[in-house]
Amino acid sequence: MTDFLNAIILLLNFIVVPAFSYGSQLALGALGVSFIYAILRFANYAHGDLMSFGAMFAILFTWLFQSYGINFGILPTALLALPFSIIICVFFCLITDRFVFRYYRIKKSSPVTLAMVSLGVMFIIQAIVRVVIGPADRKFFDGQKFIIKAKKFKEITGLNEGLALKSTQVITILVTVILVSLLFWFLQKTRTGKSMRAFSDNEDLALLSGINPDRVVFITWIVVGTLASVAGTLYGLDKSFKPFTYLNLVLPIFASAIVGGIGSPVGAVVGGYVIAFSEIMITYAYKKFFIYLLPSSLEPSGLVQLLSTDYKFAVSYSILVIVLLVRPSGIFKGRTL
Amino acid sequence: MINKNISELLSLFIMITLFLLVGFIQSWSMSITILNMCIISAIMSMGINIQWGYAGIFNVGIMGFTGLGGLATVLVSYSPVHEAWRVGGFGMIISLFLLILTVVIVFFLNRIYKNNKYKYLIISLAIIVGLVLINYFYRPSVLAIEDVNPAISGFLGGLGLPILFSWIVGGLFAAGVAFIIGKIALGLRSDYLAIATLGISEVIIAVLKHEDWLSRGVKNVIGLKRPVPYEIDLQASEWFISFISYLHSAKLSKISEVLERQKVLDQLVIEGSTIFVKISYLILFTIVLLFILYLANKAQFSPWGRMMRAIRDNEISANAMGKNVVKRHLQVFVIGSAVVGIAGAMMVTQNGLFTPSSYLPLRYTFLIWVMVIVGGSGNNLGSILGGFIVWFTWIEAAPVSLYLIEIFTSGLDENNSFKLHLVDSVPYFRFLIMGVVLLLVLRYRPKGVLPEKVRHS
Repeated sequence: MTDFLNAIILLLNFIVVPAFSYGSQLALGALGVSFIYAILRFANYAHGDLMSFGAMFAILFTWLFQSYGINFGILPTALLALPFSIIICVFFCLITDRFVFRYYRIKKSSPVTLAMVSLGVMFIIQAIVRVVIGPADRKFFDGQKFIIKAKKFKEITGLNEGLALKSTQVITILVTVILVSLLFWFLQKTRTGKSMRAFSDNEDLALLSGINPDRVVFITWIVVGTLASVAGTLYGLDKSFKPFTYLNLVLPIFASAIVGGIGSPVGAVVGGYVIAFSEIMITYAYKKFFIYLLPSSLEPSGLVQLLSTDYKFAVSYSILVIVLLVRPSGIFKGRTL
Repeated sequence: MINKNISELLSLFIMITLFLLVGFIQSWSMSITILNMCIISAIMSMGINIQWGYAGIFNVGIMGFTGLGGLATVLVSYSPVHEAWRVGGFGMIISLFLLILTVVIVFFLNRIYKNNKYKYLIISLAIIVGLVLINYFYRPSVLAIEDVNPAISGFLGGLGLPILFSWIVGGLFAAGVAFIIGKIALGLRSDYLAIATLGISEVIIAVLKHEDWLSRGVKNVIGLKRPVPYEIDLQASEWFISFISYLHSAKLSKISEVLERQKVLDQLVIEGSTIFVKISYLILFTIVLLFILYLANKAQFSPWGRMMRAIRDNEISANAMGKNVVKRHLQVFVIGSAVVGIAGAMMVTQNGLFTPSSYLPLRYTFLIWVMVIVGGSGNNLGSILGGFIVWFTWIEAAPVSLYLIEIFTSGLDENNSFKLHLVDSVPYFRFLIMGVVLLLVLRYRPKGVLPEKVRHS
């Protein structure tokens, strides 16, 4: 019995909890991509870097607060800095839209042209981030690191395996739940949200019924900027902030959005968790798990790892390919906000 | 018509002036190095132009195809490591065979159980069984191979053929992968192909980085063979020294002292040998560039090229005219990727070393896109020009921005932290320049510097 419990705790500690927090970060990112895809109708390759942009300002404000001696008790100061970074990130989004994207929207350029434009924006954001904060690895987490420490958990339960719960993981999941519920409430219940859904569903009909497209686009960028900033900051808190990693996040984020059904918010959230869980489950070495469950005669000799962690991207990619082959429109049919 | 030719000539003239400037201000060796990389970039951007300019296919996996070209140079030219083949070759061959078998079985299962409810269950079972079987042979042989003298080899090596073959093989590798990706993603939404290529490039680079038995991974492969002579051999050869002394005879005859003259001559020979090697590469690269340009232009203005333009400009009507859009897209995607693969092999050949960790999407994917867009999509000369301009800017952006920073902050103290910070971040200003250039061209000159010529014939 204890062996069984140990095995479960092992999975919880190394798969379920990390996958939930990573999945939340992916879900927030994928939501941003989906929103842009549904309303502005292009694939925004700059989204990963937009996240790093938001995270950078969270770090800068954290440093500012720390220099004034302000902190958030046991919570990381970055949470206090988050609203400010959101404001700046949204502001930046609106500026890029005004000076870059709007022109192509009015001209009704093809989605591929807009995607190309987003590459230009990506270059610029990368330059800004690297010039302002540098390419180095930054850790900006402060406050209490663990909610439950592995050792304490072992003492309390008397099990062999500990369940460590990092506070960043819990914060990530909580913030995601709050943000996503707010977002869904906004889309389903408010007038503006409904107008956005209508706009994404059928642009011409929405225009005929008197929906102001500029307003819809404006709100979209606010939502996208907020999501990107929060997702970037949470990712940076949980792992560490390194500008380069955010470019690599683009692939899993797009995979999440497409797997879920690009343009569908529910799909983006589900897709994020699907990608995160499969990445972690497939690259986890199950040796210890089987040692607990199987009798010692059947003990595995290898690591029982399907793929080494070097191939994390390969996992999200394979899932993407499978979805493209089997169900190109994603789990939830795309393009309905 | 005259107007267009003028802009081509003008840009040619400007590029020549720039290279001469670099030659006089910095050094000739540097100028030729940049020129060589410009040619390679130009071939890459031509490959992408074939996809984007001819057919409107958005490929963001250039890095992967470049990497495959690089792998080809290693696999073709490196001499085989017999010891590694002895300990692990057999297991590797069996694994490869099993892999092919699994793919074939999955393919047939897919056919047989077309309408079966449990189709996916059966296929995934087959894949898992295949993977377990492959692992059984694969892991031990990998360990055995990587154990063979890990400091200098630890991989299977290559075939030991002349490295020039690898240019063709690199193209074939890239074409093969492009075929598979195209089969999966073409015919779906255009964004999906973009994501699929982005993903495959990441996966290819991950494989190159981590499969040490294949490519030595992050340990890099150094000392690849060369298609051109080595500097050291040149410096020792009689004819080269006499050639150099002939070139500089005027300068040498002014020096009366024999020892002094010998010293100067030695220095000149060393300098001359590096330049000679680079010029040999330059000649090889130029031949490839002109060959591909000839073929690409020939194709573009053939009925095939017209069909491609028709498909690009209006897929639906081209389809209605009986053109198989998906098939043609696949064709052009494969051809373009092959060109990129060739360029990737050329680049590794010139560097003489293969460093998988140096493949970054920004440098090998997005920069090439800037070249294509700036140069003019749909115009092969344009993309060559784009390759030249953008690579030149990319290289020269750092010294120029350093110079500009020095000017703008000249009022500040030497140790001013803001100034030091700016100087530290000089390498990143080129990202900014690239982004701004891309946005400006897309906005104000969407057809590029040399727009596509539409011939109505």
